[in-house]
Amino acid sequence: VSPNVLLVIAVGVLFACGVTLLLERTLTRVILGVTLLGNGTNLLILLGGGYGGPPIVGVTPEPEMSDPLAQAMILTAIVITLGMTAFLLAMAYRSWVLTGHDEVQDDIEDRRIMLRAERDQGIEAQDDTNGDDTGLDTADEPATHNDRASR
Amino acid sequence: MTWLVPLPVVMPLLGAALTLVIVRRPAIQRAVSLFVLATTLAAAVTLLVTTIDGPQVVAVGGWAAPLGIVLVADQLAALMVVVSSAVTLCVLVYSIGQGVADGNMGAPVSVYHPTYLILTAGVTNAFLAGDLFNLYVGFEILLAASYVLITIGGTEGRIRDGTTYVVVSLLSSVIFLIGIGLAYAATGTLNLAQLAGRLDALPDSLRLVLQSMLLLAFCIKAAVFPLSAWLPDSYPTAIAPVTAVFAGLLTKVGVYAIIRTETLLFPGGPGLDILLVAALATMLVGILGAVAQSDIKRLLSFTLVSHIGYMLFGIGLASAAGLAGAIFYVVHHIVVQTTLFLAAGLIERRGGTTSLERLGGLARLAPLLGILFFIPALNLAGIPPFSGFLGKLGLLQAGVDDGGVLAWLLVGGGVVTSLLTLYAVARVWSLAFWRTPHADPPDESPETRLGDPPGATDPADAPRKSTAVSAPAGPRMPPLMVAATLALVVIGVGLTVVAGPLFDISADAAAQLLDRQPYVRAVFPDGAP
Repeated sequence: VSPNVLLVIAVGVLFACGVTLLLERTLTRVILGVTLLGNGTNLLILLGGGYGGPPIVGVTPEPEMSDPLAQAMILTAIVITLGMTAFLLAMAYRSWVLTGHDEVQDDIEDRRIMLRAERDQGIEAQDDTNGDDTGLDTADEPATHNDRASR
Repeated sequence: MTWLVPLPVVMPLLGAALTLVIVRRPAIQRAVSLFVLATTLAAAVTLLVTTIDGPQVVAVGGWAAPLGIVLVADQLAALMVVVSSAVTLCVLVYSIGQGVADGNMGAPVSVYHPTYLILTAGVTNAFLAGDLFNLYVGFEILLAASYVLITIGGTEGRIRDGTTYVVVSLLSSVIFLIGIGLAYAATGTLNLAQLAGRLDALPDSLRLVLQSMLLLAFCIKAAVFPLSAWLPDSYPTAIAPVTAVFAGLLTKVGVYAIIRTETLLFPGGPGLDILLVAALATMLVGILGAVAQSDIKRLLSFTLVSHIGYMLFGIGLASAAGLAGAIFYVVHHIVVQTTLFLAAGLIERRGGTTSLERLGGLARLAPLLGILFFIPALNLAGIPPFSGFLGKLGLLQAGVDDGGVLAWLLVGGGVVTSLLTLYAVARVWSLAFWRTPHADPPDESPETRLGDPPGATDPADAPRKSTAVSAPAGPRMPPLMVAATLALVVIGVGLTVVAGPLFDISADAAAQLLDRQPYVRAVFPDGAP
């Protein structure tokens, strides 16, 4: 039984580390997180297959075999994770070539909504003082400035 | 006729291999892709006809069911394969038209055809999978292809948005795989037909864990509300045909997986009420997001999220009428949403942008484009006599028949969403097509500066974006692109004409799904071991 308990703990640790890394903004750390999560999942499937000897006819008597199907699924999952990791690495590299970093920055939509809110407030302020609609041009200024500053 | 079942998966895979070999002969590559998808469509239609007698099953490699992998084509799966093949064929024609017009059939885009065919194979494999792990493999095939397609060209905007998409998709795949691992540990099988029997024997709490793991993974893929934020952020940046085929098919594969697991594996569980609440939230939040958008592609992405809610509504009711409505709605929505994104691609080409703040006067400039957008837009909003109206009507009737508090709430939510959809598309119509164009379009609005960070403009889009809208002579629309969009518009309208038979098929499929036995008996004629 003891190897199983060890594996369960290992799965937990891998998942915990994986999730922590996945929440980072840098793509390279996300890749490490995905890899850890993938390995944790593979161990989980292995656990699901039960504990036993190598599933080879003639080596292990049939009732003592571990489940070969679970291992076959892990092999497939490993191959898929490998391919995905390769793609993510290529993307991180491409991002680094283009921008010099591989961070996923603020949501563009969030910033757009913030900008629009600021602009609307600017228009209202202008309307209060001037009472005409030329406020749009002047309202753009502080918004643009903020955008640059936050970059 | 069971030899037909694997064809929609095998044909595109072989085609992908062939197009990869002849990567330097773009003309032959195009011909091969067209031929492959056309034969896939023909095989799919024949398959649909044969499934009327009952589900068709193929044990891959001759290994019998519990140990080997089976492909199962029941009416639902066959119907999905038919619609997806038709849509992918039209989008392929559209992208060929675009490629020919731009003259960029060169090196980096030569992977487009193989990747596109692999995407098709992944989609059909997911539809036909009779095995939970094969469903996972189908998902991975289509996702891997979609990663390549969404970042094709590797420009900064696409890499940025592609990162969101890839990471979210990977997470959902990991959750799916964990669900598979747990299901296997609990039951010792992954064959759907065998799982159906064995899951019934499990304690309720364990079933709930398995159900929620799988549902969580599929809801991310289907973009159900709390898990939908990734979609409007990543779809609009890709090239028009890619966005169109993603919008039409990828989320629907998630919806299909939800239908399959909820009916076959977990019928009548406590998850259904959660699905109904999620459906309501998805509809309303999605459509409110769409109303607030000032870019056509983003607006369409939000309507896509919103209308996923209708399908969940039907699934959550779990009645024959509700499921039939959901299946009909999936078919309608695949066609219409794809058409709208293709039309948006044409708008971008003709008007130089998809920003509603800069477009104007397109109805006079390109009347045909107006028709290509207007008809599917009305169809999406659910104006009679289009199929969108019929689908919504079916779902609302099913909701009224159910009579529960949640069902009535959803009926109300469905009507509101339909009206708001009409408002959103009417806004696009009046701003982009109807009003007189700006005399002097604001060249550097804050929106454009945000969309394209300074010093990193997308080289492919830069010349097009600088085209002023007020200039009457935009680039002509390539005839092949127009023809492909027109074909989809015609199919969308044709859904109204064949609505009777289509609803019959949907109702049959729904009855089979609820009965569960036809599926199980087709895989295990002597009863599940």
